[in-house]
Amino acid sequence: MLKRLLGSVREFKKPTIITLIFIIGESIIETLIPFVTAELVDTIKESAKLSDGSGMQKVISTGILLAIMAFASLACGVIAARSCAKASSGFAKNLRHDLYDRINAFSFENVDKFSSTSLVTRMTTDVQNAQMAYMMVIRTAIRSPLMLIFSVVMSFVMGGMLAMTFVVIIPVLAFGLWLVGRKAMPAFRSVFRKYDRLNESIEENVRGMRVVKGFSREEYEKQKFGTAAENIRGDFTRAERIVAWNRPIMQFCMYFNMIFVLLVGSKMAIEGTSGVDVGQLSAMLTYGMQVLMSLMMLSMIYVILTMSTESMKRIDEVLCEKPSLANPENPVMAVADGSIDFDNVNFKYSAKAKRNSLSDVDLHIRSGMTVGIIGGTGSGKTSLVQLIPRLYDATEGTVKVGGMDVRDYDLETLRDAVAMVLQKNLLFSGTIKENLRWGNPNATDEEIVEACRLAQADEFVQAFPDGYDTYIEQGGTNVSGGQKQRLCIARALLKKPKILILDDSTSAVDTKTDAMIRAGFKTYIPETTKIIIAQRVASVEEADLILVMENGAVAAAGKHSELLESCEIYREIYTQQTKGGEENE
Amino acid sequence: MSKPQMPKRPKPNPKVLGRTLKLLFRYYPVLVPVTIVCILISAVTAALPPVFMQQVIADITLFQETHAPWETAIQSILPKVLMLGGFYVISWIAIILQTQFMAVITQGFLCKLRRTMFDKMQNLPIRYFDTHKHGDIMSRYTNDIDALRELVSQSLPSLLQCVVVLISVFFVMLYFSIWMTLILLCGVVVMVIVARKVGGGSAKYFIRQQKAMGKTEGFVQEMMNGQKVIKVFNHEEQSIKDFEAINNQLFEDSTKAHSYANTLGPIIGNIGNILYVIMAVSGGLLLLSNIRNVSLGGFVLLTIDIVVPFLNMAKQFTGNVNQASQQINAVVMGMAGGARLFEMMDEEPEPDDGYVTLVNAKLDEQGNITETTERTGIWAWKHPHGDGTLTYTQLRGDVRLTEVDFGYVEGKTVLHDVSVYAEPGQKVAFVGATGAGKTTITNLINRFYDIADGKIRYDGININKIKKDDLRRSLGIVLQDTNLFTGTVMDNIRYGRLDATDEECIAAAKLAGADDFINRLPGGYETELQNNGANLSQGQRQLLAIARAAVADPPVMIMDEATSSIDTRTEAIVQRGMDKLMEGRTVFIIAHRLSTVMNSDVIMVLDHGRIIERGNHEKLIAERGTYYRLYTGAFELE
Repeated sequence: MLKRLLGSVREFKKPTIITLIFIIGESIIETLIPFVTAELVDTIKESAKLSDGSGMQKVISTGILLAIMAFASLACGVIAARSCAKASSGFAKNLRHDLYDRINAFSFENVDKFSSTSLVTRMTTDVQNAQMAYMMVIRTAIRSPLMLIFSVVMSFVMGGMLAMTFVVIIPVLAFGLWLVGRKAMPAFRSVFRKYDRLNESIEENVRGMRVVKGFSREEYEKQKFGTAAENIRGDFTRAERIVAWNRPIMQFCMYFNMIFVLLVGSKMAIEGTSGVDVGQLSAMLTYGMQVLMSLMMLSMIYVILTMSTESMKRIDEVLCEKPSLANPENPVMAVADGSIDFDNVNFKYSAKAKRNSLSDVDLHIRSGMTVGIIGGTGSGKTSLVQLIPRLYDATEGTVKVGGMDVRDYDLETLRDAVAMVLQKNLLFSGTIKENLRWGNPNATDEEIVEACRLAQADEFVQAFPDGYDTYIEQGGTNVSGGQKQRLCIARALLKKPKILILDDSTSAVDTKTDAMIRAGFKTYIPETTKIIIAQRVASVEEADLILVMENGAVAAAGKHSELLESCEIYREIYTQQTKGGEENE
Repeated sequence: MSKPQMPKRPKPNPKVLGRTLKLLFRYYPVLVPVTIVCILISAVTAALPPVFMQQVIADITLFQETHAPWETAIQSILPKVLMLGGFYVISWIAIILQTQFMAVITQGFLCKLRRTMFDKMQNLPIRYFDTHKHGDIMSRYTNDIDALRELVSQSLPSLLQCVVVLISVFFVMLYFSIWMTLILLCGVVVMVIVARKVGGGSAKYFIRQQKAMGKTEGFVQEMMNGQKVIKVFNHEEQSIKDFEAINNQLFEDSTKAHSYANTLGPIIGNIGNILYVIMAVSGGLLLLSNIRNVSLGGFVLLTIDIVVPFLNMAKQFTGNVNQASQQINAVVMGMAGGARLFEMMDEEPEPDDGYVTLVNAKLDEQGNITETTERTGIWAWKHPHGDGTLTYTQLRGDVRLTEVDFGYVEGKTVLHDVSVYAEPGQKVAFVGATGAGKTTITNLINRFYDIADGKIRYDGININKIKKDDLRRSLGIVLQDTNLFTGTVMDNIRYGRLDATDEECIAAAKLAGADDFINRLPGGYETELQNNGANLSQGQRQLLAIARAAVADPPVMIMDEATSSIDTRTEAIVQRGMDKLMEGRTVFIIAHRLSTVMNSDVIMVLDHGRIIERGNHEKLIAERGTYYRLYTGAFELE
């Protein structure tokens, strides 16, 4: 998993390596500094004894050496810090890029598997966690062990026996930190999950505020939230109190080190046998600090890595997910005609679903036919047509377009040949023209006007002060629902499709215009296969074939007159919709 | 689905810090001061070692010169070390207490803050939720609280500790040598200037990074929503290209933010190192030149046993400045987050000066109303008067709007001179294009918004006099967008009336025509709903919402496009239940589909905030006006 994620580092390998090199440099210098400092202190002491100023030269030269080292360390530190920022941000950027690419290739089945909210979280929060982990690792994963080793070695070199203090400190600290980490980690993991749920419940409350207020449930909600919040507070406090032991453990080691060095160090200095002097004494304290800090850092890396493992796993899951609708190996690059065949098709949205959303659909539509589909909510109308442009794949059986299995086509070729106007119409912010060109980026102005005429949209577009350059607000709020639907139809027409699917896309258009659109289809695009899903019987009445859907199956198929006689459901819908009208004729 | 988070971030305000502290003290009047004392103790002891070190080193030099044996030296050194050990024990206890208390305080503070915010939020007017993006409100509970948590749990104790260490070290240094302290101070000034510059840059870019993050989130969100359109039009490549631009911006800001943050440590640290060199060399020079050392201890000769510990102190001092500077970021972000939290907590709550309440009532044979505690199915308005008398009016469901004007924004009237009389048990329908003001009228009846001019009376009582809770309790609303809550189906129905029994809930579901599909769910009425009932169809959710209103059993109901997602055939099936549900109630109904409103007692056709036609179906058809054209399909409605 780690290897796959690290594959996203790509062009940011260079800053990563630069970071590592300069961090090694910085660590080496940093461990040498206390050594030279000890020298400096000792030379000062020496020169103070000489009291004729001759020792001062050595003080100054050591001082200059130390200053140079500080500057070198500064330079290394700054370069490492900057390249590290670049490397980790770049890693995150590439991760987001890869995720976005992948999600775009996903079929809806893939998306449904993760849920779209979760995909958004993976692209934002999880990537951010991975970025922090990456930064942490390249900054400290090398530095801390290096510092640890250097400091211990230097201490032995300088202090000899004094370094024995680490024999006590390191195991105590390492064990203590490990213990805290091991206890705290599961506690945190469970509480974070609860915390997420708490925030979800807040979101639910915000979204449903009208219901809350409508039923005067403010007090009830407060109580519910209060209980949940208190519950989490208890868990959080327990977890944090475990982690809070980190500092006392650290301090204990620091204090131990101080006392040990003072006692043993002064003995060694006074006995004067081991070459330990005042300078070494203070250096030992510094090294002690460095050792402790690097152990602390290591434990932090451990914590951050474990915490971010969850995030990394979640990112990896997306990157590993194979788009369930992949292009075949030798794709067919052209669609012959607009004929559609469903051969014993069964379909369900997820493998886990108990019931089929479509069952036993066997259907043959000739190119150029007009097909109407009618049926109640959840009867499977939309599921049926979504199989044609391969938004989903049939679970069993085959769907053919132009005589070929849809799975054999190049996906782009297939979808270019099938235009679908969705139930939920979406226009994007931009001018009308820009929106229409989604259908065909190279459409000429004439073609656009023509498509709009056919969709009965030209008239109202021309009436706008800016005509086709009228700006559509985000979500298309400045055009009416009926206008939006007509623009979406025009957009689909611009693709010059072999198959045109209208999924309940004239519901807000008045019956007269609706009829005009359908008449236009008949005259101007006779070869295109037209599939019209509608609530109104009037919209499908004249179709060559009408399908009545019920519970995921085609309950009846035929022409209007046939269905009126043979299909009870159809008759019911028909009389119900025309009843009111007849009373007033 | 939450909207993209693009919160406006106000400038960090020092007042926020003060208010945070005040809250901390108020929540934990004992624990906070105790913790502060612990921090003080551990900070002061942290400044002590150099003093002991100085004395031990003085001893060492002395005994080195006299070549005294270790056995003699220990007599002098041991008590000093033991004393230091004693201080350490105290300090260690203080640290344990302090860290444990901080864990309790931080989580308690956050919990109380969260609850205060949530409670406050429940009392905010609907206007607040209509004018703020949900993502923006949510980010206060997530990002802003996290930022404040960082401030309270890490930055504040750390800063306090640093300041105390700095002050005590400073005095110890003065005790040793004023000259050397002055040199150190000059260096520290440089450090502070650099820290402010770099730290400020870091905070600035971190806030920018946050914004870029919000933008990215919004973009991805929109893509996920429009994914079908993107696929149907083969628009993936363009969409990836668009994303790249946003992603790059985030990369730039993130790089800058972390560059500043990461460099701060090495810069300040190495300024500290260089300062150390300067101190050492000048210390040496001072030693040589035999300059009279001036210190708080008086005039003594500067000796090596002063210079060495002094250098250590210098290191400690600059180390603390470095540590404090690392907090700049968290402090700036925490204050910005806190400002947004307090901003929400300071919002004006929904005013409610109503005094007429809704009570259960009993009717005796003469028709006199007496108040009772049990649920009788009869309700009355309890109306206290200025002279201390009480009157009871039976709740009947008579709602009258008289010449009402209203606008959401001042100066932009959306309802003009609207008068509606709904008699008890009548079904009143509103028909009109989107934005004609249908929903606005219902918003006024339950006082989600208050009218600008005119009068609304409920059973003859001005609704401004009725307590909002009681007013809303007497009105059941079913909205177009159904919001369900996490919990079982039964819980969701019971939301309408918390003390309803299971049987009552099931009866309500049957009435709403929801019983059938609920029984087909895997767990029936005990099926857990999650994520706003995502696994139910829109139509099924609407049926649940109707059941929820039915169990509340309110005398007046508002149905705002309540059946819009139920297909006509199912609607016809549901219709019988709905008719039963509406029986004997005053119902305001808003619908697109004329079949839903046809059998209403009165139909109001609204256009641009005015009622242009009113009457029942037959009358309006006969008038051959807008309604007629709608009905015959000659006119489109949206």
